[in-house]
Amino acid sequence: MKYIDEFQDPELARRLLDDIHSTVTRPWALMEVCGGQTHTIIRHGIDQLLPEQVELIHGPGCPVCVTPLEVIDKALEIASRPEVIFCSFGDMLRVPGTGRDLFQVRSEGGDVRVVYSPLDALRIARQNPDREVVFFGIGFETTAPPNAMTVHQARRLGIPNFSLLVSHVRVPPAIEAIMSAPNCRVQAFLAAGHVCSVMGVGEYPELAERFRVPIVVTGFEPLDILEGVRRTVLQLERGEHTVDNAYARAVRPEGNPAAQAMLEDVFEVTDRAWRGIGVIPDSGWRLSPKYRDHDAEYRFSVDGIQTREPAECRSGEVLQGMLKPHECEAFGTVCTPRTPLGATMVSSEGACAAYYLYRRLDITTAAREASPVV
Amino acid sequence: MSETTDLRGPATLEAWTCPAPLRDRPRVVMGHGGGGALSAELVQHVFAPAFGGEVLAQMGDAAALSLGGVRLAFSTDSFVVRPLFFPGGSIGDLAVNGTVNDLAMSGARAAYLSCGFILEEGVEVEVVARVAEALGAAARTAGVEVATGDTKVVEAGHGDGIFINTAGIGLIPAGVDLRPQRVVPGDVVIVSGAIGVHGVAIMSVREGLEFGVEIESDCAALGGLVDAMLAVTPDLHVLRDPTRGGLAAALNEIAAASGAGVVVRERDVPVPPAVANACAILGLDPLYVANEGKLVAFVPREHADAVLGAMRAHPLGADARIIGEAVEAHPGMVVARTGLGGTRVVDLPIGEQLPRIC
Repeated sequence: MKYIDEFQDPELARRLLDDIHSTVTRPWALMEVCGGQTHTIIRHGIDQLLPEQVELIHGPGCPVCVTPLEVIDKALEIASRPEVIFCSFGDMLRVPGTGRDLFQVRSEGGDVRVVYSPLDALRIARQNPDREVVFFGIGFETTAPPNAMTVHQARRLGIPNFSLLVSHVRVPPAIEAIMSAPNCRVQAFLAAGHVCSVMGVGEYPELAERFRVPIVVTGFEPLDILEGVRRTVLQLERGEHTVDNAYARAVRPEGNPAAQAMLEDVFEVTDRAWRGIGVIPDSGWRLSPKYRDHDAEYRFSVDGIQTREPAECRSGEVLQGMLKPHECEAFGTVCTPRTPLGATMVSSEGACAAYYLYRRLDITTAAREASPVV
Repeated sequence: MSETTDLRGPATLEAWTCPAPLRDRPRVVMGHGGGGALSAELVQHVFAPAFGGEVLAQMGDAAALSLGGVRLAFSTDSFVVRPLFFPGGSIGDLAVNGTVNDLAMSGARAAYLSCGFILEEGVEVEVVARVAEALGAAARTAGVEVATGDTKVVEAGHGDGIFINTAGIGLIPAGVDLRPQRVVPGDVVIVSGAIGVHGVAIMSVREGLEFGVEIESDCAALGGLVDAMLAVTPDLHVLRDPTRGGLAAALNEIAAASGAGVVVRERDVPVPPAVANACAILGLDPLYVANEGKLVAFVPREHADAVLGAMRAHPLGADARIIGEAVEAHPGMVVARTGLGGTRVVDLPIGEQLPRIC
C-alpha cells in the first residue's frame, strides 16, 4: 500500500502530461471503460489537465450503474421477506429501484446487512441455519470470481441456506456493442485493469483489429490513467490499433487461470440486460444448472416485477458515452445524489455522481458565463 | 439578530417555517444520523420547526446563552458507538470528550456535565462499571465535573448494550465570539492534526477489518488546546470539531453558514498513511471520515502564524497545519485543489459513506 503516494506523484504526472501535450496534434475521443477510472479522472481533475483535443468519454463500467432495475427490484422483494438475511456490498444499498432502495427496506424491518466480502455472507449463513442468506452478486469480471468461489464453497461445505442473486456482466461484449452503435464516437479504449488481471488480454486483439481501435490496459491511480492516455494517444497519432498493457504490475497476459476456472465451473455465459442500455448478447453470467439450488432467483421465484424507470433519466446515453452527465436536463436539478433518478447519480463510481460531486463548480461557472447578466 | 439571548425571553417563532415532509424517506434510515445532508434535513424540517427558539436557530455545536449577565455555552450529545471499547478509547471517553469539545468550539471550558445511561437488559454490570470508570477518568482529564445523571434500562434487544447522553455547560470568556458568520475571505484554515483516525479505528474493530497496523482513535478533550489558541488572540473566527461527516462536513457547514467559499489544498491535509490505505481499500474519502480529537479553525490571516505556533506547542496540536483559506469565489462551496493541480468540489455527505464494490 505504500505505493499509493508514488502513483499520485505530481512531478511524474507533470512529465506524463507534458509528453501527452507534445504528442497530440488533433482531436481524439478516448473511452475509459471502468467507473473507478472515471472517478480517479474527475476526483483528481485529470481531464482539466489534458490537452483540449483529448476528450475522455466515460464508459459503462460501473457495476452498480448497469445492474438492471428489474434485478434491483428483485433484490428489494427478496430482502423484504422475513426469513431472509440479505447481504450486499455497501454501494448497492442506495441504488434506487422502482420507488425505494435497500436502505428503505431495512428501515421497514428487512434484515439487510453490508458485508465487505461474499465470504462474510457465507459465514452469516453458517451462523444462521434457520434463515435464508442471500448475497447480491453484481459486478464485472473483477468481482465474479470471489462470488463464484462463495457458491462453490457453499456447495462443498453443505450450506444449503446460502444463495446468490446474480447480475454479473462481461466487458468485451459491451465494447463490441458500443463500437457497433451507429453514432459511436469512441476512437480508443482505456481497458479496465482489474478486469484484465482476472481475464487476461486474450479477448481484446480481435476487437482492436475488427474495430481498428487501440485498447490500452490501464490501472486506477492518477499516474496509471495518464500513462494509459499517453500510450493510447501515441497509437492514435501513429495510426496504430494494438492491445497494449500499461498495467503490467497487476495484469499478466494470461490473467488468473485459477479465477477463470472458478468462473467456468460455477457460471455460464448468458445474454444480460444493462440498465439504461438494454440487452447485450452474451454479456453476462448466471449460475450454471449444477448450482441452481444456490440461485436466489430460482429459490425465491420472484415473478411479476413491474419496473418503472423515470422517463427523464438519460443515464443510458451517459453509459454509452453519447452524453456527458451535465448535458442531461435533469442533472443537478431534479436529479442529484440526494434524489437520484438513475444509478449513475447514486453509485460511488457513477459518472453523473462524479460530475455532481466534483465538477459542480466548473459547470455552474460555465453556465454563469454563458448566460447574460440580467 | 443578536447571537445570544435571554433564556427567559419570548421565543421568536416567526423565524421558522412549517414542517415539510421528508421528501423521499417515509422512515428513518441510518443516514439520518450520519451528520450529512439527511441529518440536516431532519433537523431543518422536523426538529427545528417543532422546537422554535432563537438560540437553536444559531445551529452551533453548542448554544451560546446569556443568563443573568453571564455568557454560557450549553451542549448535548448522545453516544451509540459499537463496540463499547475500541483502540484508543471507549464510549465513556467519547461521552465526555464529545460534549466537552462541542463546548470548546464556542470557546468555553466545560464546567459541569450531566450523564444519562440507557442500559440494555442483560449487559454485564462489570461492563457498565468499566465504561463508568472510563467516563470518570476522561472527565477528570478534561477538568470537568459530572454533576447530575440518570439511568434507564430497556428490554433486551431494544438497545446496543449501553447508550450514553451527556450535556455540558461552561463559561464563554469575555471577548470571544466564535461563529461561522464571522468568517471572511482571507481567513486561514488550520487543522490541529491528522484526520480520519477515529473513524478508521472504529471501522477496523467493528467490521473485523485489519489493515496491517493498529490505528488508535484520536479521542481527546480539546479545551486545553482551545485555551492555548485563545491566549494568542481571542479573535478566532470559528472553530469546529469535525466529528460525524468528517472534515468535509465541518467545512461545508462553515461555508454554508458564512457564505464564504473555502479552498483546501488536498496535499496539505494531514492524512496518516494507515488511514489513507484503509480508505483506499474501502473506497472511502478521508475527508469524510469521523474524528474525535481534532479541530478546524478559521483564523484572521494576521494571527495565523501565532495561532499555529501556539497549537504546535500543545500536545494535541503538535501536527497542526494550514490547509487552505476562505475565498470570495464560489460562495458557500468547498473546493479542493488536487495534488495534480486540478480542482474538485468537496460536498456535504448525504448520509454515511458506503464501502464500494471493488
